Amino acid sequence: MRLVVVGNGMAGSRLVSEVRARDPHIRITVFGAESCRPYNRVLLSNVLAGGSRPEQVRLLDASWYDANRVTAVFGSAVAHIDRETRHVVTEDGRREPYDLLVLATGSDAIVPPIPGVERAIPFRTLDDCERILGAAEKARQSVVIGGGLLGVEAARGLAGRGLPVTLLHLAGHLMERQLDVEAGEVLGETLAGLGIQTRTGVSAAGVDDDGVRLDTGELVEADLVVLACGVRPVTNLAAEAGLEVRRGVVVDDELRTDDPSIFAIGECAEHDGTVYGLVAPAWEQAAVAADVITGGKALYRGSRLVTRLKAKSVELAAMGETQLGEEHAEVVRFSHRARGTYRKLVIRDGRLVGAILLGESDAVGTLTQLFDRGAPVPGDRAGLLFPGLGSAPVTDSPTLMPDAAKVCHCNNVTKGQIRACWEAGARDVAGVAAATRATTGCGTCRDAVEGIVGWLCEQEGISV
Amino acid sequence: MSEPVKTHCPYCALQCGMEIGTGIGPGSGTGLVITPRTDIPANASGALCQKGWTAGELLTNGERLTTPLLHGEPVAWDVALDYVADRVSALRAEHGPDAVAVFGGGGLTNEKAYALGKFARVALGTSQIDYNGRFCMSSAAAASIRAFGMDRGMPFPITDLAEADVVLLAGGNVAETMPPFVRHLSGPRLIVVDPRRTPTAKMAWLHLQPAPGTDLALALGLLHLAVAEDLVDEAYVAARTTGFEEVRTSLASWWPERVERITGVPVHRMRQAARALAAAGNAYVLTGRGAEQHAKGTDTVTAFINLALALGLPGTHGSGYGCVTGQGNGQGGREHGQKADQLPGYRKIDDPAAREHVAGVWGIAAEDIPGPGRSAYELLDALGTPEGPKALLLFGSNPIVSAPGSDRVAARIGALDLLVACDVVMSETAVLADVVFPVTQWAEETGTMTNLEGRVLLRRRAVAPPPGVRSDLDVIAGLAERLGHRFATDPGEVFDELRRAGAGGPADYSGITYERIADETGVFWPCPSPEHPGTPRPFLDSFATPDGRARFVPVQHRPADEEPDDDYPVHLSTGRVLAHYQSGAQTRRIEPLVRAAPEPYIELHPDLAEHLDIAAGDVVRVTSRRGETKAVARISDAIRRDTVFMPFHWEGANRLTNPALDPTSRMPEFKVCAVRVERLS
Repeated sequence: MRLVVVGNGMAGSRLVSEVRARDPHIRITVFGAESCRPYNRVLLSNVLAGGSRPEQVRLLDASWYDANRVTAVFGSAVAHIDRETRHVVTEDGRREPYDLLVLATGSDAIVPPIPGVERAIPFRTLDDCERILGAAEKARQSVVIGGGLLGVEAARGLAGRGLPVTLLHLAGHLMERQLDVEAGEVLGETLAGLGIQTRTGVSAAGVDDDGVRLDTGELVEADLVVLACGVRPVTNLAAEAGLEVRRGVVVDDELRTDDPSIFAIGECAEHDGTVYGLVAPAWEQAAVAADVITGGKALYRGSRLVTRLKAKSVELAAMGETQLGEEHAEVVRFSHRARGTYRKLVIRDGRLVGAILLGESDAVGTLTQLFDRGAPVPGDRAGLLFPGLGSAPVTDSPTLMPDAAKVCHCNNVTKGQIRACWEAGARDVAGVAAATRATTGCGTCRDAVEGIVGWLCEQEGISV
Repeated sequence: MSEPVKTHCPYCALQCGMEIGTGIGPGSGTGLVITPRTDIPANASGALCQKGWTAGELLTNGERLTTPLLHGEPVAWDVALDYVADRVSALRAEHGPDAVAVFGGGGLTNEKAYALGKFARVALGTSQIDYNGRFCMSSAAAASIRAFGMDRGMPFPITDLAEADVVLLAGGNVAETMPPFVRHLSGPRLIVVDPRRTPTAKMAWLHLQPAPGTDLALALGLLHLAVAEDLVDEAYVAARTTGFEEVRTSLASWWPERVERITGVPVHRMRQAARALAAAGNAYVLTGRGAEQHAKGTDTVTAFINLALALGLPGTHGSGYGCVTGQGNGQGGREHGQKADQLPGYRKIDDPAAREHVAGVWGIAAEDIPGPGRSAYELLDALGTPEGPKALLLFGSNPIVSAPGSDRVAARIGALDLLVACDVVMSETAVLADVVFPVTQWAEETGTMTNLEGRVLLRRRAVAPPPGVRSDLDVIAGLAERLGHRFATDPGEVFDELRRAGAGGPADYSGITYERIADETGVFWPCPSPEHPGTPRPFLDSFATPDGRARFVPVQHRPADEEPDDDYPVHLSTGRVLAHYQSGAQTRRIEPLVRAAPEPYIELHPDLAEHLDIAAGDVVRVTSRRGETKAVARISDAIRRDTVFMPFHWEGANRLTNPALDPTSRMPEFKVCAVRVERLS
């Protein structure tokens, strides 16, 4: 069995390691257009922000390929699929036979067709990232075009390096695919506090040496312009080979294209009408495809989308159908714009179908897992948004504590027993400990016992 | 009133020092007075928990076995021993030596553990010996050996903890399992990782509450953050470790937002934990059963060890990694040869040099020592099968209660030709035995125990055993004699032989004597000569690996063997309560402890209870793919909404648990499986 993988990015490299983990024998060749080992694209915003060095985002060690007997061809784009003879042909003329082929060609950054756009740098690959970093060192003023997830992360990264940033966005509010209007506005306000000026509802008409020219004619000054205008699936190879392509390469639940010997996964694939642009679905698809390729049974049924912004001091999670209004779902909302806090739950049929959490919150883990599992939402919605709200610590004031309350857990001693012991003559902690053994285990109830004995002594004083 | 005798508590691995005297003391009611010792560091402040204070009642309990039983009828010792020897001989003759299996316990003294291993290999010639310690800390042991070349649970004195700035405790609930331990944690900031807000988590500075079975992902996320935030101690990593680059690369797949989605632990909490650990001058990473009792327990512990190594903790004074061992002699029990793959001195049974050495002490040829046998669960699962053992000799263990998937284990035990149990009371497993030997316990006999620090302690005989009761050593020697071998019965004599057999091994006791233990209130192994002071902190100069460096091992998270689905929608986790110990055979017979915790229960979150229409006090049925049991509902918001908890001290909880095994340690997945919970009308 010869498996050929076209694309060595997040999806392709994942598929290769998943297949190898399942089957030590299958022959694997992977072609990557980029000249470097696969890296984690999710972490590029950390690189841009200076948190990670480029070598820290590699997904596999150089020695991995030899150790796992995988042939990896770097810097070699596949130009053609010969389905008749089952070969792929690279741009430099290499022909590689396959029994099964996986397309993991990913997507390309969209570069808007505006004059001077070549002066701008897209934010997509590790190379792009290094170019931006190089330019940022000399820059005094920057513009990011595109206020989606990646644009916000890029802007945050540049601002974190001390560079003033203006974030230009065509839509009416930031991250409009993931956020409702108010969340987008709160995000903009949070970013403003971090040195990022946001301009929404604006359209870039061109890039010149001094900055970005808006379609209103206004110039937004910048000597570094970064493009984050979205991505487009790379499907030309599949289309040219005659595979069904809509927005992406169309695949079934086994991730097969209409040619059963060819699979497609990741951002180039379209499953059930959806092209996913996040890594989690790509990795889920890689796992299913790896099962199928190695003879297992698995089906891909689509992924739930959770978007988590990776930007220092901006905590943002958005999942599912965040835009639904009260007429279509039960909506629970809390907004405190002065603190950059916005929380929204969208509930339908007793299940969480969407949520936005802006600002640091301990609810994020619980909500993400509720959403992922489609689990029933508890009746106490407020407790979901504000963990710990319902369980304020019970006061352990000796006066309010019932006699049955356990004071010393290690020795199973109640307040009533301490009271009885006091009534029998014990007047200090040592006396109570000798009779009941309270305080002699972990020792953490010492203050409580002292409090009860003290209170009983006080009561005695009053009654006398 | 006679002079009080210095000994140690019968229960957990803390092995609190206590004195046993006679006379009238508070609440003794037995004529025995228990007083905490102040010379044993584990509880030097004079601490004991309720189990310790009431331990004297074990010695006077009316349910105590005092005569051998053959098919339920009292018989003389010789009759019972002859019967067992004859049956064992016949089964061996018919099916070969592996037809007889031995199952030991982590509560047995070092002397008994040693004698049992020798008895299996020499007198029975069987490879089929393992013990319940496999269910305890085997994952941590495997991970420690992989990283450090040696497993000494805590490679530092427990008192070092108090000097630390931060302690991260992953999957441990010491406030319930070993309360006096908490006194050593009053100084440091405590970070607790646990799906439940346990009493220990409640006293923590930071509590991370991951979904059951996701601790490995959490550890990877913490290490990812440590790397991303430049918190790694690069000088230490360069000087004292190998393999970090591969681990660093493996972490690129475990960015914190991904880990958050898997674990449910918010990224900012992970960051807080990683920063606190890294900023500490001194810090410890500790693991307990919560992290270890998984089908990926070894890798989970490895991930926490990797975190500790990256931060430069192990092998430095005042910092480190340690496993909080659970059973009374959990540490010593794993060192002297009652484990399927080991020989005394913590040697490997497939190491030719080890075999030569031990065979020399035993006076047999190295090739006559059997090879490695089945691990604990695999051994139980093979009982009475065509290829498996036909007889089982059980010492200090109660697998009907304590083994995972216990219905199946009960069926396997039922298929045996011969079951022999040595016990103090009629445990759930002893009830099934063809022959029961009543044996001495704890304060009725002398022997050594090695506590969670690796400190060898002396348990002294404080009271005479009831008439008719003999030591496990007598049972072993009595059977061995009938099989043609002479075994010592005096604990001191056995200990001397143990010292010779273990000499030169990783757990070298050869310089330790009863006198030294008494004089020095415990001696840390390795202690290779009488002049050697013992080794409180074995890794300060180098690790026990061939090159002296600790080894980073890249590991990857994967889901639990059984995740919740539509039929079994809730995670079950199991654990302990304060008042009981292990299978409860001892503590469920002590009245104050029964009063404190009278019955099996299931803890569930108010939201889950509401969804299932269950109220506090309701009797519910809990069902997994392996069995079902009943329990009383307790409602508490200290547990995650997606998880229920049951204590495992009563027969029932382990009918539900999943015997999926760790590939390295062969640890079953006690800590997570999928169940359905229903109210019984």
